[in-house]
Amino acid sequence: MRHTFRFSGTGGQGLITAGIILAEAALLDGNLAVQSQSYGPEARGGSSKAEVIISDEPIHFSRVTCPGTLLVMSQEAADKFAHDCTEESLVITDSLFVSEVNANGAKRIDLDITRTATRVCGKPLFANIVALGAVAGLTNCVSEKSLERAVLERVPKGTEDANRKALAAGFSLASEAQGKA
Amino acid sequence: MADTKVMLMQGNTAVVEGAIAAGVRFYGGYPITPSTEIAEGMAKRLPMVGGKFMQTEDEIAGLGTVIGASLGGLKAMTATSGPGFSLKQEMIGLACNAEVPCVIVDVQRVGPSTGQPTSPSQGDVMQTKWGTHGDHWVIVVSPSSVPECFTLTQRAVALAETYRVPVIMLMDEIVGHMRERIEIPVSYDDVPQVNRARPTCPPEEYLAYRAGESGVPEMADFGSGYRWHVSGLVHDDTGFPKSSGKATMEAENRLRGKIMNHRDEIIQVERHMLDDAEFAIIAFGGAARTAYDAVEMARARGLKVGLLRPITIWPFATHEVRELARSVKGILVHELNCGQYVISVKAAVGGACPVDLYAKYDNESATPEEMLAEIEKAMKGDGLI
Repeated sequence: MRHTFRFSGTGGQGLITAGIILAEAALLDGNLAVQSQSYGPEARGGSSKAEVIISDEPIHFSRVTCPGTLLVMSQEAADKFAHDCTEESLVITDSLFVSEVNANGAKRIDLDITRTATRVCGKPLFANIVALGAVAGLTNCVSEKSLERAVLERVPKGTEDANRKALAAGFSLASEAQGKA
Repeated sequence: MADTKVMLMQGNTAVVEGAIAAGVRFYGGYPITPSTEIAEGMAKRLPMVGGKFMQTEDEIAGLGTVIGASLGGLKAMTATSGPGFSLKQEMIGLACNAEVPCVIVDVQRVGPSTGQPTSPSQGDVMQTKWGTHGDHWVIVVSPSSVPECFTLTQRAVALAETYRVPVIMLMDEIVGHMRERIEIPVSYDDVPQVNRARPTCPPEEYLAYRAGESGVPEMADFGSGYRWHVSGLVHDDTGFPKSSGKATMEAENRLRGKIMNHRDEIIQVERHMLDDAEFAIIAFGGAARTAYDAVEMARARGLKVGLLRPITIWPFATHEVRELARSVKGILVHELNCGQYVISVKAAVGGACPVDLYAKYDNESATPEEMLAEIEKAMKGDGLI
């Protein structure tokens, strides 16, 4: 078993946090995980990516090449981080920000990630957690229980309910998309 | 067996935890990418264990305060990246000559000057050895994983205390910033502590730099009633400056001997799949992570490739590399710079087998596929395939 993920977007969207939470959920499932990231020298803004590898065998090389799943949360990230996708990759895009992705024939699923966060939680801030639910729902890379636990352990006190709702909304987006497909 | 906990942890954070576990109780420094999480973590953790954190006005003072704290009897450390490491060189020389135990973490960034702060590189290899002026001997270690950041920081502290020498933990952005699984003790109460030897003689008989067989003098805590003189000038047993040629030679011989006479205890390498290997990769730190996968891919193609991973960078693993050169028909050194460690590899191999260099300096680590191509190219060049 081996899953590879690249979460890409703009600094401040919480994608590195999302990557950490996904890796923590994988450990809770008893698997191994490595999370890495890259960002520019800017304090905020600029494109940002987090990568996660989940496996039941030791993981050495920590970067992702040819991502199994690419999450794209900005057009700039779409232009920058889809180049090494293959036909086997799954590209999940946020419909609010991304129009075109040239991902070498990868399957694309366009989801209302940020709009859903605003609708369900009142703030676009929760888009990263909605995205996590969608990614987990579409890939089955971690169990729902472990993911919820990892989210709740990582988020600020007092935001648990909103995060729980965001995660559930993400899983719903995934099942709706699978229903359509 | 003590209770343990499993966590996802960043390499820089594992350095913090390793330092706390090893008994480090002072940190002085100035935050700098990609090492900032170490300062941040120490600022949070030290007060919890009765230690002190000091953010200094600059990088030089960072190591200055560490030297002061160590003279006062505390295990002390700092962390930095290239630009700060350059500034610390003068203080590293003082710590070498005055024999003040301390740990300096250098999480490397790209390039000279401010370079590329957030990208991986291993361009400080030679600076860790020759950064400060004059003949001097330091110990440099380099971790390849998050769990190793935890254990090797403890070892760095132990080496600094045992040999009264600055120990440099040479890291890169790959290992410093990545997060992976780590299992650590819930409590550090039972972690073995290595402490500098302190004088057992009465204060009036204490000669600060008189050393026995080990070459390492006993070190009295400042303010404990033992009076001694600390100087960067060449000195004799008393610690006071001495300008004779004999004094210089005696001092330098002892500083070299206390490290080189213990090289077997200091030098560590990992041998991976080398038993039947015809061809070897040498790689360390974050760059070695690519090599494990490349070895596996090469083996799947029937190529007998193994990996020698130096954990101790300096003193150089001369015997281990020489022995490797006798057992394989070719060596490929991989480093994230234009070729620094390879200079010493070639000197140690001395023509016993061909040595090729896979240098990578484009802000990215090599992928296993890229390394496999380099292995095949080198093996073809050596007539092995």
